[in-house]
Amino acid sequence: MNATWSRFNLTSIVLGFAFLYLPIVLLVVFSFNESKLVTVWGGFSTKWYVSLFHNQGLMDATWVTARVAVISATVATVLGTLAALTLTRYTRFKGRMLFSGMVFAPLVMPEVITGLSLLLLFVAVGLDRGFLTVTLAHITLTMCFVAVVVQSRLITFDRSLEEAAMDLGAPPVKTFFQITLPVIMPAIVSGWMLAFTLSLDDLVIASFTSGPGATTLPMKIYSQVRLGVTPEINAACTILIAVVAVGVIIASLANKRREVQRQRDEQAAQRG
Amino acid sequence: MSNAAVTAAASSRAAAAGKSALTRLGEAFVGRLVIIIPYLWLVFFFLIPFVIVFKISLSQTAIAIPPYTPVLGFGDGLSGFFAQLKQLSMDNYTWLTQDALYVNAYVTSVIVAAISTVLTLLVGYPIAYGMARAPATLRPILLMLVILPFWTSFLIRVYAWIGILKPEGLLNQLLLATGVISQPLIILNTYTAIFIGIVYSYLPFMVLPLYSALEKMDYSLIEAAKDLGCPPTSAFWKITFPLSLPGVIAGCLLVFIPAVGEFVIPDLLGGSQTLMIGKTLWNEFFANRDWPVSSAVAVILLLLLIVPIMLFQRAQARAQEQDR
Repeated sequence: MNATWSRFNLTSIVLGFAFLYLPIVLLVVFSFNESKLVTVWGGFSTKWYVSLFHNQGLMDATWVTARVAVISATVATVLGTLAALTLTRYTRFKGRMLFSGMVFAPLVMPEVITGLSLLLLFVAVGLDRGFLTVTLAHITLTMCFVAVVVQSRLITFDRSLEEAAMDLGAPPVKTFFQITLPVIMPAIVSGWMLAFTLSLDDLVIASFTSGPGATTLPMKIYSQVRLGVTPEINAACTILIAVVAVGVIIASLANKRREVQRQRDEQAAQRG
Repeated sequence: MSNAAVTAAASSRAAAAGKSALTRLGEAFVGRLVIIIPYLWLVFFFLIPFVIVFKISLSQTAIAIPPYTPVLGFGDGLSGFFAQLKQLSMDNYTWLTQDALYVNAYVTSVIVAAISTVLTLLVGYPIAYGMARAPATLRPILLMLVILPFWTSFLIRVYAWIGILKPEGLLNQLLLATGVISQPLIILNTYTAIFIGIVYSYLPFMVLPLYSALEKMDYSLIEAAKDLGCPPTSAFWKITFPLSLPGVIAGCLLVFIPAVGEFVIPDLLGGSQTLMIGKTLWNEFFANRDWPVSSAVAVILLLLLIVPIMLFQRAQARAQEQDR
């Protein structure tokens, strides 16, 4: 490798990351702005955070969003893990093409189409739009993301571990819970996190499938953004970013510890 | 494998020896359930909704709940159902092709998405290349840094650009203060703002597949080319780029397909002057409350995207085969 290439590499990384992070950093900085004008600095203040907590509509929306996200992420993780198992373990069954199509298509499907089609389904079966319909919609979207994350771990999974357990007489279900599940757990945890944040962030599908009384935080933020940029919204966004960032960091640290532990176990097993 | 797992497996050895036919049947059933549960869920919540969208796209708008007619049902028996079927028509589709607004919206969306995809590739490739050639100890951190913005809300990331791009925004303040320009640039509410928004929001989707393709590459090939007197640029085009092609294809599809139907970015950054189909569908549904026309818009959008979506699935399946 010659020097000009490595300088080029360094420059592109630095510029790339500046581009990725600068807008978010500016948003966070201006949430502490004293002035009501979002883009003119008027001194440091936390008053927008205080007024945020007195905004009942925003608080209600946060509570709805948190519940939808936890429930839908949990159900989606179970369904997505099953879908990942199906994709990696059952290579031959009727309708496999259709199945993998239904798992991968929602990943790229424009949200307006998914949102509209789910809404029309709920209307057709006579389900009232509200908390339940948003949750069902989010499960459907996010389970596919969970499936992809878990599947990528299952592909590299050493199946001889399972075979060994079954040779020793462990029934398949028990083998799954005691051998497979612990090994793919980090992927399942990141799948859950991904599902949780996707649900937390979704505006379009929620707007289509939600009804009165189930306004989510992104819907609330969107309706206020349309009226103009305010420091209060910046503050709300900053809190959301902080929550997600802390969650991601904790999860990745936990994953790392688990991984180290697993490697130690494997080494111990090989020595023993 | 953990020690506990080994003991557990060993202890159940005895039990398995006398496994009855009934248990085996039960296990086969559990195995089937693994397939059946997610399968049925996706059929019901993903496939059937499209059938309903298609059916409603053939219906007429009505002032009723739900706001379309006919509502297919067996209330009047089988003959009533067939009578309702006859009311379905292609009118909405004729309407879409006749109104220049819709045709323009489709064409513009595809062009905007294509240009944005190329721009995202141009911005993302050097980043992914730089990451793949970074010291091995740095790579996981760099990877984490690319993924992290993806975890923060899409809506928030788009919103952040309003404050930067608007006429009295931060970018104009910076450029005016440094004397680069004397008049504020009008970027917000133009297609330029949409391009910036799409490149910014979808950049991780481009960088990640590119990175995973470039990271697998054997760089001794480049060194061999150099030793044989091949200049760096032609080594790039003859070796690096072709080898990264699976990543390029996956990244471009991951950006292009959702970008065609994008709503948030054209709505918040593009303003009322720009035309994109995702926004048209949204307005048709929420402002005009015309469910049949928005369904027809969705069906045509889906038809436009069906080829790229199938390409994406084939690329996914192939990548999966290679990893196995």
